[in-house]
Amino acid sequence: MKSSIQTTLSQGLAAGWPICLGYLPIGIAFGILAQKAGLHPVEIGMMSLFVFAGSSQFVAVSMISSGATAVSIIITIFMINLRHLLMSSVLAIYLKRSRRRLLLLFAYGVTDESFAVNLSKFTQGGWGLQQALVVNHVANITWIAGTVFGGYAGRIVPAHAFGIDYALIAMFICLLVFQVKGPRLVWIAVLSGTSAVALSLVIPGNSHIVLASAFAATCGLVFNRLRRGNRT
Amino acid sequence: MIESRYVWLVLGMGLVTYVPRWLPLQVLSRHQPSGLLVEWLEFIPASILSAILAPVLLTAGEPKMLSLMKPELWVAVPTCLIALISRSLGITVIFGMALFWLAGRVL
Repeated sequence: MKSSIQTTLSQGLAAGWPICLGYLPIGIAFGILAQKAGLHPVEIGMMSLFVFAGSSQFVAVSMISSGATAVSIIITIFMINLRHLLMSSVLAIYLKRSRRRLLLLFAYGVTDESFAVNLSKFTQGGWGLQQALVVNHVANITWIAGTVFGGYAGRIVPAHAFGIDYALIAMFICLLVFQVKGPRLVWIAVLSGTSAVALSLVIPGNSHIVLASAFAATCGLVFNRLRRGNRT
Repeated sequence: MIESRYVWLVLGMGLVTYVPRWLPLQVLSRHQPSGLLVEWLEFIPASILSAILAPVLLTAGEPKMLSLMKPELWVAVPTCLIALISRSLGITVIFGMALFWLAGRVL
């Protein structure tokens, strides 16, 4: 008879393995880049351990290369990762009455990918903080290991084998399909995507993600309220 | 050995990354968020996923320009269909990867 820890672990792994698949090549690529920028594998591992945010780590390394000040790097990283505030807000709905210490731990692992997977599981039902933590940490271990390996591997660039570069994109597409539960959400997604594309063309960096999604969500809310107003 | 300057840098980076992830969990799981906020948040997942994906599929280059020619975009159409039909993350990811790999060989 399987213990409940084993069950929780296998559930988390079953949900999280696509993230690991995606994180490996990206992590290794980051490690290689960081090594070229003069970082030692231990320093690389330290960054991945403390930050655990892929896109901002890439930016940080390029800023380190160009001699930016620590303050400017930290501010930039803050802005890039601000979208996780929105993601945690959504997840909080499913984590009411959770133990404070577990929330402290869970917060560490909130990334685009773990958010999307955990949210989809929470909305399906039968998912708890324990399983969600497994997803976060399996992804985390894979990320740290990948980046450190990349740091050591240096010249050995991974082959773009079996389309592995598409793993994360395919994952996001699938999770978006899961989230778009009805015509209204289709419109919201289209609005958000269009705004995001437009913004990304004029504003450098990642701010288009927060701006576009906040804008689209607000439009959705306004539309909801207007429709309700018309019925009274 | 590792400079203390670097340690302070990654600690600072870690802090500014961690706090936005933690704050909503701490505040919103304890206090009852307003109906307005919950309604707004319900639109966020679809919006955020779309806002992350759309530029990746539709823009390219330095400086960024609209592009309809990326193989990522072309493969996204069948991948989307597979997601709709299979309703399975694993199957979608595997098929998406295979299609993208094929696209790399054919195009």
